[in-house]
Amino acid sequence: MQFMLLFSRQGKLRLQKWYVPLCDKEKKKITRELVQTVLARKPKMCSFLEWRDLKIVYKRYASLYFCCAIEDQDNELITLEIIHRYVELLDKYFGSVCELDIIFNFEKAYFILDEFLLGGEAQETSKKNVLKAIEQADLLQEVTQECQTPPFTMKMNI
Amino acid sequence: MPAPIRLRELIRTIRTARTQAEEREMIQKECAAIRSSFREEDNTYRCRNVAKLLYMHMLGYPAHFGQLECLKLIASQKFTDKRIGYLGAMLLLDERQDVHLLMTNCIKNDLNHSTQYVQGLALCTLGCMGSSEMCRDLAGEVEKLLKTSNSYLRKKAALCAVHVIRKVPELMEMFLPATKNLLSEKNHGVLHTSVVLLTEMCERSPDMLAHFRKLVPQLVRILKNLIMSGYSPEHDVSGISDPFLQVRILRLLRILGRSDDDSSEAMNDILAQVATNTETSKNVGNAILYETVLTIMDIKSESGLRVLAINILGRFLLNNDKNIRYVALTSLLKTVQTDHNAVQRHRSTIVDCLKDLDVSIKRRAMELSFALVNGNNIRGMMKELLYFLDSCDPEFKADCASGVFLAAEKYAPSKRWHIDTIMRVLTTAGSYVRDDSVPNLIQLITNSVEMHAYTVQRLYKALLDDISQQPLVQVASWCIGEYGDLLVSGQCEEEEPIQDEVLDVLEGLLVSNLSTPVTRGYSLTAIMKLSTRFTSVNRIKKVVSIYGSTSLILYCCNDPISSWISFNFHLTECPLSVCQTFQLQLLSPSSNVVPALNQGTVTQVIRVLNPQKQQLRMRIKLTYTLKGSPVQDLAEVNNFPPQSWQ
Repeated sequence: MQFMLLFSRQGKLRLQKWYVPLCDKEKKKITRELVQTVLARKPKMCSFLEWRDLKIVYKRYASLYFCCAIEDQDNELITLEIIHRYVELLDKYFGSVCELDIIFNFEKAYFILDEFLLGGEAQETSKKNVLKAIEQADLLQEVTQECQTPPFTMKMNI
Repeated sequence: MPAPIRLRELIRTIRTARTQAEEREMIQKECAAIRSSFREEDNTYRCRNVAKLLYMHMLGYPAHFGQLECLKLIASQKFTDKRIGYLGAMLLLDERQDVHLLMTNCIKNDLNHSTQYVQGLALCTLGCMGSSEMCRDLAGEVEKLLKTSNSYLRKKAALCAVHVIRKVPELMEMFLPATKNLLSEKNHGVLHTSVVLLTEMCERSPDMLAHFRKLVPQLVRILKNLIMSGYSPEHDVSGISDPFLQVRILRLLRILGRSDDDSSEAMNDILAQVATNTETSKNVGNAILYETVLTIMDIKSESGLRVLAINILGRFLLNNDKNIRYVALTSLLKTVQTDHNAVQRHRSTIVDCLKDLDVSIKRRAMELSFALVNGNNIRGMMKELLYFLDSCDPEFKADCASGVFLAAEKYAPSKRWHIDTIMRVLTTAGSYVRDDSVPNLIQLITNSVEMHAYTVQRLYKALLDDISQQPLVQVASWCIGEYGDLLVSGQCEEEEPIQDEVLDVLEGLLVSNLSTPVTRGYSLTAIMKLSTRFTSVNRIKKVVSIYGSTSLILYCCNDPISSWISFNFHLTECPLSVCQTFQLQLLSPSSNVVPALNQGTVTQVIRVLNPQKQQLRMRIKLTYTLKGSPVQDLAEVNNFPPQSWQ
């Protein structure tokens, strides 16, 4: 996978994960073009399209579009499963996830993605294991915070 | 100084902005606050500030001033700081900027951290955005982690190694020892990432490929266990056990079995098993079948297996899910050359896909349809394809027209059918045919001698209906110029036009706004040629004199019988004339009057560009009046010295 984009039906970017080195300008250009292309697709069309020399796999969940760019030799159908797995992970973590969860907790969405995929490939195929790792990391975050925080101030959240 | 506002509070605030300007103002205010906080080297709130910066970056605002802060966060001992720091690095830094190299040392330390989640962060960042320099520096650490017994780290190290190899292929060798026992792992995460690593190595190096072929039996066993094992809740997706791993193994088998008979044989049974036993009701099962088909088609599989694969694709074509139909068409396109007969059996389903609503499916169905046309099915297929040409979107028309011409040329059952087909394309998609089809069609028509009368009649009729489609007009003009005599002489089946009507039409093309300069050239040349075939010579001369003195390109045919240039002394200067094999430039004649009684000559220089070194021949026609009567004199010059054209 070369990159994954999450965006709303109005074209607002909610998450961008790039697995290829590109400058900010290029990323913006690609994002703009691709968002426009995907939003122009009609509901009856299939989830795949050719764009530049890549294959784009996209699926809409509620108000969010999940869009992945894969290479020629990659399997489009399993990419749909990858997207679905990520949505399931978000759903389990946030409890019936909606777009607002991703907006207000974008950093967590990234953390979850980074426990599921690495360098564009799945690193863990067990839903349970990904969620367990996130849970442990979250705990670690809280524990170390509590050690650092002076006793009379409020618990620090970012 | 008050504490900087929290991330989620900032998000809430920014979302209340009603205009872009209002949002920009809020962002600028917050950025200013963050900047001064950074300047004060505030450790406590750095994490919070960078997180806010990342949010604003996602909205499209510049955040480069936070880059160094990310590095400071990474270097911190707090896990929260590291988490945000690494995230920031992945979002804000890129390998083109030298500043990213400052991460290297931190990553090195974190790869050796006592907490696996910190090591995980480092591996993830390196595997996502590590530059070649970083990869070179840290490959050793990654290799160490690839050998650890901690599966959480081992799986990440494997994918990190994939990235290192992609950036610095020479380092591949050093990971070889660590791959020894990767497939003996029980942990699916490690198995999956190991298969990805092995795939990467095999794809990049023929030596590695040869070395890893011995893993085929082990891979087959793992795949078999996945299929045969009972319900495993941890890896189950709709009743299938770890489809992600199955697909990756199938892909690795493909690479190992390619061009190797023994390996292909060793995997034959398992492929047949997967192909027949996988549940097809959901996308996940079809994803596995798809990968299986790709593998079967690519390795040296026996014919029974190949037919099985094509039949799977045939079933895919009938699936309600358009995604499945799409991949079926894509795969069939890849195999149509090698397994032509097997794909032919699904021809009618493929042709049905021409009517699909999805553009990508239509395009593939069109490409596949052309690939399946042969002498036996040409009539039926062409019917469908011409219907498609009529109704398809403009983006398809050029390719479809070209495809029709090619197919017709190869398999036309009769000349008449061929001409009719061409006519149909020119009249329905005439403005979309490619420029080079015009000379090709002209050649085709020239060679179909018995069809000349029929062709020119039909083309003439088409012109009466519509002169907007340039390729049609050009071919029609050319035909009328060549075979105009057949058009008016009663050799056609229908009512024939008279000479003046034909000239009206051609002249109409000259003046029409719809005609391009190229088209005007064609029609002018046609008119000139008709001066030998028609009797209304005066009218022709008049037209030529009006238009001949402006810059036009003249088109000629390279058929020696009919190739000639007509010129009279009213044509003072003619710029580059182009035809298929020659380029001619006629310069001004030395005089407009030939002196009487052989007292002088008129010379006109003709420059000929003859790149194909074709033999030069010239026909000269002189028309003059002698004692009040018109005289025509034709002469041929065939004895140009060879040096002039060789």
